Amino acid sequence: MKRATWILSCLGMLAFSADAMSVSPEQERLKSVQAVQKKYPDIKFEDYVYGALAFSADAKAQYDNMMAFPPFESEIDKGRALWETPFRNGRHYADCFPGGGKNVAGNYPYYDETMKKVVTFEMALNQCRTKNGEAAYKSSDMNTMGLLTAYARTLSDGMLMNVKVKGDGALAAFESGRRFFYQRRGQLNFSCASCHVGHVGEILRTEYLSMLPGQATHWPAFRGGDYALFTLQRRYSACNQLVRAVPMEIGGEEYNNLEYFHSYLSNGLPLKASVFRK
Amino acid sequence: MEKPIAIVTAASLSLLLAATFMSAARAAAPGPEPSGQELAFDNRKGNCLACHAMPGDPKAVTSTNVAPPLVGMAARFPDRSKLYGQIWDATRSNPDTAMPPFGKNGILTDTEINKVVDYVYGL
Repeated sequence: MKRATWILSCLGMLAFSADAMSVSPEQERLKSVQAVQKKYPDIKFEDYVYGALAFSADAKAQYDNMMAFPPFESEIDKGRALWETPFRNGRHYADCFPGGGKNVAGNYPYYDETMKKVVTFEMALNQCRTKNGEAAYKSSDMNTMGLLTAYARTLSDGMLMNVKVKGDGALAAFESGRRFFYQRRGQLNFSCASCHVGHVGEILRTEYLSMLPGQATHWPAFRGGDYALFTLQRRYSACNQLVRAVPMEIGGEEYNNLEYFHSYLSNGLPLKASVFRK
Repeated sequence: MEKPIAIVTAASLSLLLAATFMSAARAAAPGPEPSGQELAFDNRKGNCLACHAMPGDPKAVTSTNVAPPLVGMAARFPDRSKLYGQIWDATRSNPDTAMPPFGKNGILTDTEINKVVDYVYGL
């Protein structure tokens, strides 16, 4: 009997993985958007970028007020200084990107066929540094990489997320990110999906739970009463710690693949940097 | 001239050490045991309030609507062991539940779960 159960559960897993593989990234994205539309028909697709704020007119009004004169503007200016200061060879970050870095961030992350891995915007900034003889920044260092992206990403404000998944390597990286999103972890046994798919728009103690589509568009964010700077991957790390899991490395392959999946699921939605979040 | 300094340094070091041990001992000293209600409210412990409203307890301040409100619990769970089991590992009865397995993953001890069950039974 035990053996039969075991065989049956293996068959079930096979059926499940075959099913998972047959869903294309675009079908996955549409399914995720439609699920939110079905549960919250009154919330416009373009407002998904506001995440939890989309569920509360009050919170959104406070956000709008704060964004009129962001209290963290001087931090973004520090990032601007980093972006504009020439490397020792006289070249600039702007020389590494088409259009001087305007409207590029929505093309990241992308899958690099030569490197056989996902390249995030932060990695592209570091590639620009090393190509010009400068040492790479640590992706987890908010005083360098964090501030730099806090300005560099503003150059792509309004650009629609435009992440592409083509080819077997790209699909495998997307699938690895998807698995991370749905995998339960930590002492509290939550997956990202437990809250952000299963309980979208519901209130966890006092906070609304944001929807998956749109989540990758508004970064970095200055968070809480002390406006602490969070890149998207620092947020992943903090989330993993909240569920009492050991966080992965910021800028490491697991989070890069997660960001790849996560960003693809935000395709078609406008980017904005740098924003306030609670 | 060097010796007195050494003595003073050693003395202050041992004072520092003593102070460190004392504060460590203080931190480890058992405080008053938390009640079932405290365990249910504490976001490092049960944190029931994150997902369950408890309209029967005016002190249970929350806006949540994630999971069913805890009302009429004695009627809903006439078998106490079922309620204990639900807190110990809710994924047994529903593999898709978001509820953390408080006993299985050691978030609450056996004694703590029993206190929470006592508290929740009164709701």
